[in-house]
Amino acid sequence: MMGRSMWSGSLLALALTTAAALVWITGSAIVLMVSVVTAMLLWFVRVMKRAASTQPSQIVHSTHTPGQDREITISAVDRRTAIRLFGLSALFFGPLRGVPDLLERVVDAPPTPQVPVAQGRAAQVPPARIRQWAMIIDLRSCDGCQSVESPPRCTQACIEGHLAPEPMEWIEVFEDELEGEGSRFLPAPCQHCQNPPCVNVCPVAATFSTPEGLVLIDQDRCIGCRICMAACPYDRRFFNWGTPPVPTDALLAEYDLEAQVPARTGTVMKCDFCPDMVRAGALPYCIQACPNRAIYYGDLEEDVASNGREVVSITRFLAASDAFRLKEELGTQPRVFYVPGHGEAVGREPTHTGRMKTVWPWPRVAPGSRVWNR
Amino acid sequence: MESLTDWQAGLEDTTLGPTRRTSARYYTLVGFLIAVLAWGIYAYYLQVRDGLVVTGMSDRISWGLYITMFVFFIGISHAGTLISAILRVSNATWRTPITRMAEFITVVALSTGALFVIVDLGRPDRLIHVLIYGRWQSPIVWDVTAVATYLAASLIYLYLPMIPDLALFRDRMSSSTSALKRGLYRALSLDWADTQQQKAALHRAIGVMMILIIPIAVSVHTVVSWIFAMTLREAWNSTIFGFFFVAGAIYSGIATLIIVMAILRKAYHLEEYITRKHFQYLGYLLAAMAAVMIYANISEYVTTGFKLEEGGEFLFRQLFVAEFAPYFWFYLIAGLLLPPMFMLIKPLRTVGAIVVAAIFVDLGMWVERYFIVVTGLRAPLLSYEPASYAPTWIEWSITAGGFALFALLITVFVKFFPIMAVWEMTEERKSAGASTSEAPVVAGDRS
Repeated sequence: MMGRSMWSGSLLALALTTAAALVWITGSAIVLMVSVVTAMLLWFVRVMKRAASTQPSQIVHSTHTPGQDREITISAVDRRTAIRLFGLSALFFGPLRGVPDLLERVVDAPPTPQVPVAQGRAAQVPPARIRQWAMIIDLRSCDGCQSVESPPRCTQACIEGHLAPEPMEWIEVFEDELEGEGSRFLPAPCQHCQNPPCVNVCPVAATFSTPEGLVLIDQDRCIGCRICMAACPYDRRFFNWGTPPVPTDALLAEYDLEAQVPARTGTVMKCDFCPDMVRAGALPYCIQACPNRAIYYGDLEEDVASNGREVVSITRFLAASDAFRLKEELGTQPRVFYVPGHGEAVGREPTHTGRMKTVWPWPRVAPGSRVWNR
Repeated sequence: MESLTDWQAGLEDTTLGPTRRTSARYYTLVGFLIAVLAWGIYAYYLQVRDGLVVTGMSDRISWGLYITMFVFFIGISHAGTLISAILRVSNATWRTPITRMAEFITVVALSTGALFVIVDLGRPDRLIHVLIYGRWQSPIVWDVTAVATYLAASLIYLYLPMIPDLALFRDRMSSSTSALKRGLYRALSLDWADTQQQKAALHRAIGVMMILIIPIAVSVHTVVSWIFAMTLREAWNSTIFGFFFVAGAIYSGIATLIIVMAILRKAYHLEEYITRKHFQYLGYLLAAMAAVMIYANISEYVTTGFKLEEGGEFLFRQLFVAEFAPYFWFYLIAGLLLPPMFMLIKPLRTVGAIVVAAIFVDLGMWVERYFIVVTGLRAPLLSYEPASYAPTWIEWSITAGGFALFALLITVFVKFFPIMAVWEMTEERKSAGASTSEAPVVAGDRS
């Protein structure tokens, strides 16, 4: 059994490598073709200029002796000219200039800009050990904040912590209909896929995977083409359609990729799993704010997670609770796990439906901004 | 039979005509197109100033009219490749008088289509990032390279066969012609002196380009379709998407060529050269492509509709009976089924009827591009109500500006460049004459 799975694994790796190489070669070939086409034109211009000095033809409709043709070709493009022409065609290799960088980015995970310097408690982690962040959401304890009569506190805290523009709900609480009767609440942050469709399609590597398994966005690089939004199967990406309606304070902050503050017009944003918070030793905003402690955050590598009140072993917790991931069949390998339930642990009846709407509490928003529809 | 010299003189006069006389109607048309374009540019200015919030797009339907226009125009650009490359390869000589127009449509449509990607960007100021940070793994970068290659190749493919005609223009300019125009023709005609060697080189270059451009053209609309097919969206999850898009591209390309041909023929009295036969042949091609498209649609919708998986039901409902049903049925009936009917019924095989059929094809294909983009995004991914999308006046203005730009470029082109391949038509007529009279035709002096 073991041998067989290894065999199919290496076959898959081989197939994927071949596919990647093919894509690479095709892309390069297209650029090469532009250059060749251009070089041909330049050659042609030269042939034409030369041939103009020969005698005009007497008979228009005639066949040409092949020898004549060859003569022109040879005389028209001597070696020096050919070298010069190909030198010119190199102008079209612009996109290839970054090839070494690109290769690096393909082979390794993309580098995280502003690589964190280990400090304080984080410094005690041996350097070889890389955190693998994950989230577990226990739906048995989620009642959509019905019991506290509030809009979902996780969403609310996320908005206030990240100064997220209206109407972005990076962690959004959906109400699913249950089979039979009633509903359940399902808080959905970015799923931080390990095979992220959004990262795969981004033309400029503005969205990338970190070694810690996070999917982040560099809003200073994003060109706003929105193909990542088309690619995300979880509807977890948000676009700054206009000047983002953020509190005026946010505009004073220096741009920070990990906090995504301040929001940038014409770029994509989403849940970032709060890497800056966890580095400082705190849990993400959503977890801190959950009144029922339904959300756990932790490290798969060390196999621990916490909801702020208790610490659990991730493997044991997941095995004991029949956990699932969203749209697992797509092969995206999310880092968010769900424990099935409908708030029964906090006394919610499935038939008790509806939740309060999220509010954006900013007294004053950035000048010139306007709220758009979700 | 009219003597060859007279025939050639007539052809040259007709082709030179537009550059010599400019009617008041022409200025009116150009003025109108510039006004529409200016309005579109103003709308785009507002969009750049305020952001894409001025459009009807939202997070859940994040592409709309602009991407529709991109797909549509890149599709239209396949007119040139089909008419001039594929038909040239197959030695169909009837295409000669219309190749120039077809090739020009290709270049103009590509430029217009590519512009709409930029219009759709949230950060057009960062366009250069695609070159600096471009990753070959992204379908967008495939598109950028494919479209750039196709544009480069079609510009050359437009230019090469035009050289002898540019030389003709250079030689026939009157003394009142501006120095700018003279310089333009002199530079572009590359000292063309009609020598044997030049002809040999030209034929060889055209021969290489016509082969090269076919795979490029096919690759272009294939990767355009992959922008959609490479995502995890039910509606776009189709292995025939590349083929489907290429077939649709050729289909709408032929239709656009028919429309442009009809307009130029009327405006510049080209009836002698562009005859009913040309419209009929293109009409047959249109009917053949309609059959291919109908087949592709059956293949696409029957295979998914028969199984009707969970997500498929929503897609089918919105397309066949609900929100998008009017678009879908318009496309199916007016865009795919109706146009070939014109070709089946003999009394309808007139120029006017074929043009009407072509207009239906273009309308239908535009609508198809629209509902493919929007319905694919509209299907909910989690439990939320499906979003709605209604383009705003800004989007419509920019879209109108795009159509105006397309028309304007063609209108201006005919004022400066030969709209028919005079030398090729002459050569073909000569060889036809030679084969009937069995005597060598001596062309000697053209004066």
